[in-house]
Amino acid sequence: MNEHNVRNFNINFGPQHPAAHGVLRLVLELDGEIVERVDPHIGLLHRGTEKLIEAKTYLQAVPYFDRLDYVAPMNQEHAFALAVEKLAGVEVPKRGQLIRVLYSEIGRILSHLLNVTTQALDVGALTPPLWGFEEREKLMVFYERASGARMHSAYFRPGGVHQDLPAELVEDIGKWCDPFLKTCDDIEGLLTDNRIFKQRNVDIALVKLDDAWAWGFSGVMVRGSGAAWDLRRAQPYECYSELDFDIPIGKNGDCYDRYLIRMQEMRESVKIMKQCVNLLLGKEKTGPVSSTDGKIVPPKRGEMKRSMEALIHHFKLYTEGYRVPEGAVYAAVEAPKGEFGVYVVSDGSNKPYRCKIRAPGYAHLQAMDFICRGHQLADISAALGSLDIVFGEVDR
Amino acid sequence: MSQALKDLSDYLGEAKGRLIDRAEIAFGELTLLTQPAKLIELMTFLRDDAQCQFVSFIDICGVDWPGRPERFDVVYHLLSPRQNLRIRVKVMTAEDAPVPSLTAVYPGADWFEREAYDLYGILFTGHPDLRRILTDYGFEGHPLRKDFPLTGFVEVRYDDEVKRVVYEPVELRQEFRNFDFLSPWEGTDYVLPGDEKAKG
Repeated sequence: MNEHNVRNFNINFGPQHPAAHGVLRLVLELDGEIVERVDPHIGLLHRGTEKLIEAKTYLQAVPYFDRLDYVAPMNQEHAFALAVEKLAGVEVPKRGQLIRVLYSEIGRILSHLLNVTTQALDVGALTPPLWGFEEREKLMVFYERASGARMHSAYFRPGGVHQDLPAELVEDIGKWCDPFLKTCDDIEGLLTDNRIFKQRNVDIALVKLDDAWAWGFSGVMVRGSGAAWDLRRAQPYECYSELDFDIPIGKNGDCYDRYLIRMQEMRESVKIMKQCVNLLLGKEKTGPVSSTDGKIVPPKRGEMKRSMEALIHHFKLYTEGYRVPEGAVYAAVEAPKGEFGVYVVSDGSNKPYRCKIRAPGYAHLQAMDFICRGHQLADISAALGSLDIVFGEVDR
Repeated sequence: MSQALKDLSDYLGEAKGRLIDRAEIAFGELTLLTQPAKLIELMTFLRDDAQCQFVSFIDICGVDWPGRPERFDVVYHLLSPRQNLRIRVKVMTAEDAPVPSLTAVYPGADWFEREAYDLYGILFTGHPDLRRILTDYGFEGHPLRKDFPLTGFVEVRYDDEVKRVVYEPVELRQEFRNFDFLSPWEGTDYVLPGDEKAKG
């Protein structure tokens, strides 16, 4: 074949491709097997969440957040709850904070388990997802026992959490922790020194720290590049400042480092969960789980049946909702995928005037072209898996 | 935290006061108001100055205020990991007045500006590829504007006869209901039905 017959190839990756982790359409320009240009087309799962939230009261907006990053639903609700609490000036009682932290960490493990194991699936390993999903199933049962739903829990509400946890549930979560570390060992035993896994991940999708900041990366994507940056430590919310945990960081900023960080973060999450369980069963065994301000948090059912004032509050809060003072705040949490932020503009009414959702995956995915240029076609799926994309939050 | 923000605000006022129209601290967050023409210089300063180092790009979002002549706010969020501070920069713009693109300063601004263009119709000059991003191919209108109805204008379904997805005008079984929760005891800005007779 002479030189004239050589031409670049355009191919469509997705929107229905198992390694696209959802509905991503990637238009790839290939020179042989080398990727010259990546153009992600997103929005196939766009549901207009932000527009819908503008038409709902603050309480009605909460369930939309479960449907963003649907592998770690409560972490999203958390950001919204923090934003509304900041605007309204509500304090969450200690027991409520501990429950939030406990469930945020469960969400982190849920998300990391899914990501680590399916990324391994993308590069050819079949067993890790089977082992990981068994544990995810147990965690979702904990979700269900707290909120009644396995995924779309609507559990973290402005002011606290919806309901208290029974002591047996907290004990069961405590009992889950140590066997899970064994599962982590097993998964790591399969992957960490695996020759194929390393060949597919080491030195793939390198990101330098300066680039990571400028592209708006956060979470594991900056920690993989060597920054010890974690909002739970740097700008602590809830009671993270009183808990003991470490922040793993990477050296090289490649897919393999990010995998190692996620595995380590799960172990750190277990460490946090154990501390929360101990506190919830010990010092903070009793106490309110949400703010006692009747103007924000609806009363308990039993109270509503007996107290006139509680009945009025219940009626007002579930019809009109509460009014939030005028202003604008940005609240962010360290979600499993990075910095998940909510920017709420309030005009003093019972509905948010504007609610911008800053999803970490959105910033990560836009750098696909920057990251993948010059890589082999087969590395696209390794890089994409390592970015940890969930389309619920990218498309919103 | 707020003391550090106060210091930063004072420092910015001294160093680049001419670029900033107003600086305010509310809810423990610093907001700078500036004008589109001064935006790039201000952002470059915030990124490069040793006392700022807002190297991490967080977010761009639009806010629509239809009552104003310059109806859009474009809100930028930045983070300084070194100083452990956040900052918000706001510019106002009209429907037909473009804002300079930030992509040369922060490459990460790319999709966020496309999103603001898609959802609000805010124009950015100097953006390499200002296409729609979240809405459908061939979508018309800017859905996050306040005058865009929540239900939209078209709905889609798969038509078995033509063997493809077809677009049709939205047909609602029930009108979208927007309840009025303004309490008459706290004062409404309109006359309640029946009250107009009381005056006379």
